[in-house]
Amino acid sequence: MTLLSVRDLVVEIPSRRGLARPIDGVSFDIEKGEILGIVGESGAGKSLTGAAITGLLPNPGRIAGGMVLFDGNRIDDLPATRMRRLRGRRIGMIFQDPLTTLDPLFTVGQQLVETMRTHLPLSDTAARTRARDWLDRVGIPAANRRIDAYPHEFSGGQRQRVVIALALCAEPDLLIADEPTTALDVSVQAHIIALLRALARERGTAVMLITHDMGVIAEIADRVAVMYAGRIVEIGPVDAVIRHPTHPYTDGLMGTIPSVARRLDRLRQIDGSMPRPNGTRDAMPVGCAFHPRCPKVFDRCRQERPVLHTAGASLVACWLA
Amino acid sequence: MLQVASVTHRYDVSRPWLHRVLAGEPRQHLTAVDNVSFRIEAGETLSLVGESGCGKSTLARLAVGLHAPSEGTIRFQGETLSSVRAQPALRRQLNMIFQDPYSSLNPRWRVRDVIGEPIRVFGLAADRVAQRRRVETLLLQVGLAAEDGEKYPHQFSGGQRQRISIARALASEPAFLVCDEPTSALDVSVQAQILNLMRDLQHRLGLTLLFISHNLAVVRHMSDRIGVMYLGRIVEIGPADEIFHNPRHPYTRLLLEALPDMTRTGRPRNPVGGEIPNPIDPPSGCPFHPRCPLANPRCTREKPALLLHGKTEIACHAVEEGRLPDQLCANRGCGQVACL
Repeated sequence: MTLLSVRDLVVEIPSRRGLARPIDGVSFDIEKGEILGIVGESGAGKSLTGAAITGLLPNPGRIAGGMVLFDGNRIDDLPATRMRRLRGRRIGMIFQDPLTTLDPLFTVGQQLVETMRTHLPLSDTAARTRARDWLDRVGIPAANRRIDAYPHEFSGGQRQRVVIALALCAEPDLLIADEPTTALDVSVQAHIIALLRALARERGTAVMLITHDMGVIAEIADRVAVMYAGRIVEIGPVDAVIRHPTHPYTDGLMGTIPSVARRLDRLRQIDGSMPRPNGTRDAMPVGCAFHPRCPKVFDRCRQERPVLHTAGASLVACWLA
Repeated sequence: MLQVASVTHRYDVSRPWLHRVLAGEPRQHLTAVDNVSFRIEAGETLSLVGESGCGKSTLARLAVGLHAPSEGTIRFQGETLSSVRAQPALRRQLNMIFQDPYSSLNPRWRVRDVIGEPIRVFGLAADRVAQRRRVETLLLQVGLAAEDGEKYPHQFSGGQRQRISIARALASEPAFLVCDEPTSALDVSVQAQILNLMRDLQHRLGLTLLFISHNLAVVRHMSDRIGVMYLGRIVEIGPADEIFHNPRHPYTRLLLEALPDMTRTGRPRNPVGGEIPNPIDPPSGCPFHPRCPLANPRCTREKPALLLHGKTEIACHAVEEGRLPDQLCANRGCGQVACL
């Protein structure tokens, strides 16, 4: 069953230099219990897509087109108060930096209890018991004692786990995780990955996982969407996209990632860099946004912008697919 | 090329004097690097890997002489670092590339001045024309255009700035470069460009590299030898292939096991518990024993010494006593990394 459906989403940010379009026609669905990975380089629009869905676009950004359907209802045009109720209760969020998400003046127990009591019909004691269980589940040792500790008393990895507990304690149907493991060391990262996967499998939570780490995606995502310059260039089952990438950008991207399994003399490289829609460095090219860096470019790419169409198990935006 | 002998580095992390006096606290020290020894031969790349707080960046700073070690000696081409730093002709052979290409370049200087500074300081160019020509050569060498020298750092992207950092490091004509996480601030496609560039330059100029990273895949790509660090100590050091195909220290195995990898979609994992302990108050004996599945009473008492086993040096009682299970991993289908 489709839980989240994003249709032709366009985000615009007006600035002195003119109107930037950091997201330009993004569409995808997430099923219940599915983990969708969103990958791409910095500035590709991954985080902004997450922000647009949750109604947390930074000012003066706005949704200029398309729609977001959650559980069959439009949520992109909800008033702020109703959106706030939806957020937290049915849509949980995890951000990259665990310090900014936690309030330094309250113990983690208080923060968990407050979140749960806002969204669920629970008594104070019941909420506290649940808070302890959540800390336990996300792997905080001695949760019984630690529930009364303040955020600064936790290490970075533990704080991120507290943030995850906070996002999950209201039992949302959709979790939007923006680089949840980027700030963490690999051994801690492994825990978080295992936890997210268990949630999707056991509770049927849908997860939108935004990251630039292909390794993480390969391990837990069911499907993956590759973004480039504000658009999805390829979306499909994780095996298909990673092992048999169709879009020249995805193909190039896979080649650039060093692996521990084999050592190559040279990494493949994609020359140049991604155009930024803010127009400071490189203006967006006409036609396919990737054409100036594409090894397989031909005339049509320079004139017409490709749309997503079926290629094998995936959808690919490329004239060659 | 570089010889590090029993080097220890402590940071004073005491609270301010008044706090200490009022609370009756003693001074506190954090041992960031604890009795570390290794050597780097000319022309090779040694990488140090480990998680945050393991002391790898401190070691990088010690190796170029930005810090003086609390104990032990570091020798560069046979001379102690303090005497190297007193001799410009030797000092210019040591240089460093930093992690953050945004904060390591002076935003008020044109790129040609940034790159030209080492040339001017060490008197490597006869006159200004020669200096300018040298800067242009360096820019071309790192894949930028000669005209880019007129621009300011903010006009470049992260990857281009890291190229400028590399050009600046090469300007003093070094023999030995310390690279502290040179690509961790960059996107993967840009990272590949920089890693390729660094390897090309190393081959062409015969550079020796000390490469610091937390990313095992990057390290695998770059290194001849690898040292794995945990809480200020080297726990395993040896040829790169050996470390990846036959890791023996339980911590090295944990790191490789925990690593997400593209080639293994949907792999089941059983993460090893625990986190890095507080380095101000490290565990007794082997610092890894609270997380180690093979720990026994000896591990809690005695610090293991780095001993040679085959081609690798390993600091582990379990390896020394032959208690290490050595089956290769079969269930994951990788056939390479032995897991516990």
